[in-house]
Parts: sequence; C-alpha cells; structure tokens
Amino acid sequence: MERLAVSKIKCGTVIDHINAGKALLVLKILAIRPGCRDRVLIAMNVPSRKMGKKDIVKVENKYICDDELNKIALISPKATINLIENYEVSEKKRVKLPNVVEGIIVCPNKNCITNSREPIKSKFHVEKNGDNVKVVCHYCGKKIYELDKYIV
Amino acid sequence: MKLKHLISIDDLKKDEIIYLLELAEEFLPVAEGKKIRKDLEGNLLANLFFEPSTRTRMSFEVAMKRLGGNVVNMTAQEASSIAKGETLADTIKVVSKYVDVIVLRHPLEGAARFAAEHSDVPVINAGDGAGQHPTQTLLDLYTIKKESKLDRLKIALVGDLKYSRTVHSLIKALALFKSEIFLVSPQSLNLPEEILEEIERKTKIEKAELEDIIDYVDVLYVTRIQKERFPDEEEYLKVAGSYKIDLNILKKAKSSTIIMHPLPRVDEIDISVDKTHYAKYFQQAFYGVPVRMAILYELLRR
Ligand SMILES: [Zn+2]
Repeated sequence: MERLAVSKIKCGTVIDHINAGKALLVLKILAIRPGCRDRVLIAMNVPSRKMGKKDIVKVENKYICDDELNKIALISPKATINLIENYEVSEKKRVKLPNVVEGIIVCPNKNCITNSREPIKSKFHVEKNGDNVKVVCHYCGKKIYELDKYIV
Repeated sequence: MKLKHLISIDDLKKDEIIYLLELAEEFLPVAEGKKIRKDLEGNLLANLFFEPSTRTRMSFEVAMKRLGGNVVNMTAQEASSIAKGETLADTIKVVSKYVDVIVLRHPLEGAARFAAEHSDVPVINAGDGAGQHPTQTLLDLYTIKKESKLDRLKIALVGDLKYSRTVHSLIKALALFKSEIFLVSPQSLNLPEEILEEIERKTKIEKAELEDIIDYVDVLYVTRIQKERFPDEEEYLKVAGSYKIDLNILKKAKSSTIIMHPLPRVDEIDISVDKTHYAKYFQQAFYGVPVRMAILYELLRR
C-alpha cells in the first residue's frame, strides 16, 4: 500500500474517494480557479483498495459548506469529506446528492433561456439513473446524462 | 385546483386536466356566441408575441373578449424591437403591472417559466420555441373527448413525430389516460427514443403502418412533414406522399374515426377530406376558444 500521496494539511477540508480523473472537475465545482489564493493539494490516480484508483483534493485553511460539497456527488457519488483541525480529523462525512443544483452546469440546449442574455442562473433537477446521475433543466427540460462536459 | 400559471402540460395532474376540460364544456355555448357571460369583465390580458402566431393570438383574444375581458396586443414587430432594448425579465416586470394576465409566445425554450418568475400576474405559455405549448395539448384533448372519447382511446399519430412538440406533449398527456398509441412515421422522423421509453412504461405504444391500423383507431392525428427536414426535394416528395390522408385510404376507416391536425397543413390531408364527417381539424382549432376560456377563468377568478 502506498501511503501519503499528498502531504498532510494542518487544517482545512480533504475530499477523498473522488472518482479517478475527476479532481479537476471538483475544483471547478468548488470554484477554485487560477488566481485564487487557496493552497490546494491534488492527487490523481492514487491506488485505492475500494475504488482501484481515486483522486484526492485537499484545500487548506478552508471549511467548505455542505451545499458546495454535496455538488461533488454529481460526479463522484462515493466521495468522502474529512474536516481537519490540527492535523486531526475533526469530522467525517459523505457527500449527499442534492435535489436541485443552481449554477455550475451549463444547459447544452443553445435555445434554452438560460443561455440567453437574461439575468438567469441555470437550474437543474437531479435524478438518480441507476448508478449514474441524470439532471434535467428546470427551464427547457433538457436531460443530461454525461455531466462532465457541461460543468463550468 | 390552485393554478397560478400555465407553463407546461407536465405541471398538470390528470384530475386537473379533466377539470379544465369540463370547465371548457361549460364555456362552449359562450364561445359559440349562443350565450353571453361576463365572468372576466374588468380584466385585462396582454398578448406578448415575440414570434408571430396569428391564430393562437386571436384565439386568446376571442376567448378573453367573449368572457367580457379586454385585450392589449404587442405585435411581433414591436416585440422584436423591445427585445433589442431590454431583457424579457424587465419587459415582464413592467407589463405585469399593467395587466391581469400575460400570454407569452417566445422563441427560446423555458422563456415562459422564466417569465413567470418575474411576473406579478399569471403567465400562460403560448409556445416557447421547440418547448411547450400547453393550451394546444388541452385543446387536442378536448377535441378527442368531444368528438371521440378519452377512455380506452386508440389513436394513431402520423407524420413528423421527431420534431413536433405538439405530438410530444400530446403523447405524454395521452399516457395519463392509458390510450393505445400507434406511431406512423418515416424512419428519419421517428419519435425520439427517450420519449418512447418514458411512455412505454405507462401505456401501450408501438410503431405501425397506416394500412394496418386504419380500420382500428378512433383518431388519426396528422402532423406536417416539413421539407427542411429532408436532404433533397425528391426524398421529401416520396415520404410526404406515402403519409398523405385521402379518400382512398379512408375507405378502410371506421365510420366513427376522426381526423385531427394542429394546422396549418400543407398537403398531408387532401382537401377532398374536408367535406367528410372524418374531418375535425377546423372544429379542433375552434375548440381552442372554450379551452382558453376555461384556463383564463381558472387563472383569473379570485
Ligand atoms: Zn435548458
């Protein structure tokens, strides 16, 4: 077993058991972008007993709220969250699939009102589709099965 | 029934649809001009048409006026110049202060649901792009109920089942009534798989040839096959010709069978059919009036 692919953080949020290859999408969902000042550690394709391979994201000095974290369930339903205080895990939880997601997803329907110049935020209803997730545009009814491409 | 806006037929439950159809029946003599009612006196309707559709606009205007209400119209031309200057959200905020109900037609899908979020008064969706057009679906159902039957209905949908939003909405509504649905379309214009799978779980629906079901169905719902959907003229003519309804094919139909069409038609129904008792498409267009009366009444009564 390889250990410590990413160094420990003193305090902050660790997102573990991210589906392999999705770490960068997690950053997008959490709005961690070039230019932001957070210290972020990323590990991709780390061997995992449960998942084969997994990604890990650690954000230092930041406790991210549940609503933000739960959006990760859209792309990694098995992701786990560890809140770290003084190098110790102070809280452990799983992400929970939200019923509705506002923002972060762009509707693929170019004739959708959410893609116009109106003052509007995208809004999607989330449905379980077997092991996967399907989202439906609140405004135009467009369904998305492969979310990765439409997260911004 | 607590209806605040009418945006999509999917927002209505089966019993709410039945209730609206019964209410429409009550308003039928008023729509025919045989009875006078003033239920909506003092109410003002705004037709906001960001895309022309004269028939739908007139139908709403007639429904409102026959119930004693009044109407202001924004023409498609005015709308397009407004649309250049300000957002739909702002237009709706202003107009919803002027009037008691807004009827909106807009080229973008979801526009009506968005407009409703910014409106102080009820919004009725009169078509949003390729999206929803719930009053059309309700008038289709009313026509079926009136001229045929909604219980144990056997219906064939003929023509463009791929792009026709009218067909998509109607099929979903028919599934609520457990209709037996036959799909008659060229391969390239088949019903989208996604809708087919959704409906299959609720009712009997299958692909068929016109000749095989013509003597079985109660309703033939015909839609327009558009030339733009085909790579070349020859292919279009070949396909369109094979889905044409004429007196010859109707020889095999039951005498109680009716033919419906959302209009305008090109030549998918031969004009010689118009004079027969099968033809209900002009009646169907007229039924838009009592149905819209019922919707306006339901949204505006306090
Ligand atoms: Zn959309």
